[in-house]
Amino acid sequence: MKDTLRRELGLADGDAVYQALIDAISDLEDQAAMRVMAKMVLLLANHVGDETIIREAIAAATAD
Amino acid sequence: MQTYTFPSYDFIPPPELNGGQSPRHRVAIVGAGPIGLAAAIDLAGRGIDCVVLDDDNTVSHGSRAICWAKRALEVLDRLGVAERMVEKGVTWQSGKVHFGDRALYRFDLADDGRQRFPAFINLQQYYTEEYLVDRAMAMAGIDLRWSNKVVDIEATDDGATLRIETPDGSYDLAADWVIAADGARSQVRRMMGLDFVGRVFEDRFLIADVVMRADFPKERWFWFDPPFNPDQSALLHMQADNVWRIDLQLGWDADPEEERKPEKVVPRIERMLGPDAAFDLEWTSVYTFQCRRLEKFRHGRVLFAGDAAHQVSPFGARGANSGLQDVDNLAWKLALVVMQQAPEALLDSYDSERVQAADENILNSTRATDFISPKSAASRAFRDGTLDLAIDWPFARELVNSGRLSRPATHADSPLNGPAIDAAVKPGAPCPDAPIRWAVPGGDMADGWLLDHLGGGFAVLCFGAEVAVSSGLDKLADDTIPIALLSVGAAPGGPGTGVVDADGQLARQFAAGAPGSTFLFRPDQHLCASWDAADVAAVRAARDLACGLV
Repeated sequence: MKDTLRRELGLADGDAVYQALIDAISDLEDQAAMRVMAKMVLLLANHVGDETIIREAIAAATAD
Repeated sequence: MQTYTFPSYDFIPPPELNGGQSPRHRVAIVGAGPIGLAAAIDLAGRGIDCVVLDDDNTVSHGSRAICWAKRALEVLDRLGVAERMVEKGVTWQSGKVHFGDRALYRFDLADDGRQRFPAFINLQQYYTEEYLVDRAMAMAGIDLRWSNKVVDIEATDDGATLRIETPDGSYDLAADWVIAADGARSQVRRMMGLDFVGRVFEDRFLIADVVMRADFPKERWFWFDPPFNPDQSALLHMQADNVWRIDLQLGWDADPEEERKPEKVVPRIERMLGPDAAFDLEWTSVYTFQCRRLEKFRHGRVLFAGDAAHQVSPFGARGANSGLQDVDNLAWKLALVVMQQAPEALLDSYDSERVQAADENILNSTRATDFISPKSAASRAFRDGTLDLAIDWPFARELVNSGRLSRPATHADSPLNGPAIDAAVKPGAPCPDAPIRWAVPGGDMADGWLLDHLGGGFAVLCFGAEVAVSSGLDKLADDTIPIALLSVGAAPGGPGTGVVDADGQLARQFAAGAPGSTFLFRPDQHLCASWDAADVAAVRAARDLACGLV
């Protein structure tokens, strides 16, 4: 099966986006951080709007 | 109980106990709950006599199933009790979801267009049962036997023999067919040694029915993690007689005996309703639940229906509502088989269609339960994150799951389905109701509802009164398995029932009402097949397919 999930960097400034993700949770306790991450996943998943892509991302994220 | 007086139904010694020859019954129904009673009424209405056996002598002891969904009401209307239920019950179609101390959003279950029945009414199960008993006792062909406890069953290829205990002694009853509608703890299921497997949810809930005068709206109110029940859920719902259903999640560690005590229950409810609320406790129960089903609903001549066949969590009102759809699906098929107009194999479609529906209900119920009771810190983060987002992000409201409320199943892959044209209503789907005007014999026009006129037999809906007659669809009413004709036109008349599309809803649901387009419905009002042009041979073939004759 051909992957449709992007494998190469799709961001103009990857370092800045990574930093923003970390900043969003760096001051939070684990449970609060998990909740923020969950909300980000939900917002992004809904924005992507493609169940195939989302399932590929789940598979990639949970692969050993 | 302060608001309801339980009827007491007399034990009448059955003829078998008087030493008389025991007649062989065509259909024996075990359980006089809503499902067993509905099955008896449906069968008797189709000319099939049945005997109903119940180990008790009254109706449901608690309010239990309270939410009756539109499709169930449509079925119950065909059986003659829905009007009484709607009159007594509380009609509602909206709700509110809370998270912590915030109200997140309201939802509305209103359908597009007018329909006869609301999305839901709330009515205590004992009223529904009482009305069904009244109806059953008014009909010929139903032998209702209270205080008749089935203690053994011997199933054979051509029926079953039931061993029955009564206050006056025991007897054997033989029947060609048995419908086991004896609930979640089905003794028939146990006696036949059938597995009832699924998922156990390690959680406990308190149900309390309280009587109070309150000005809460007639809505379903649900709370996630409210201040009065931290880390748990809560539900408030209005029933008839100023009885309110309160459902409080307790968690798995709660002691069910302890939590049932008024000295524990009353303070819990005071925390919820405020110190000034004046209420009386009417009924309490602490429950836990499973989502599971029998592998097969048909075991030869024994057919399982309702909770005896499948069990879900209460979130979604998918218990009694799905049981009534079991009856809707089963009764016409069993009637045709008993009358030898269809082969026994037709009943395998009861199994496949209702197993599909049960799986749908179990899936929805399981998902709701997982949302309401997250099983880990991470899944709790997703749940709470979804609720956080629900205030400002409409998409997240769609993900909030306090129970996906009962919808009828569409049997899209049923072997009974025939060809289909491009229309909103697909084969296997229940017919949506619609306001119509119809030609009363004699010439007058009257307001009515489509489903009333589809009735309980096969029915064909054809757009264009002239084409319906010129193609011979009116002759189908004379077949051995008759098909009633409803023709839709501007100036209806002639054979069959002439119908005017009062609000344009028929056109919206049925391929724009193109002249000649034809829709065949089964006796349970699910669509069999549809065509662009009226063709009497095609309609007959589809009916025969739906009867398992081809």
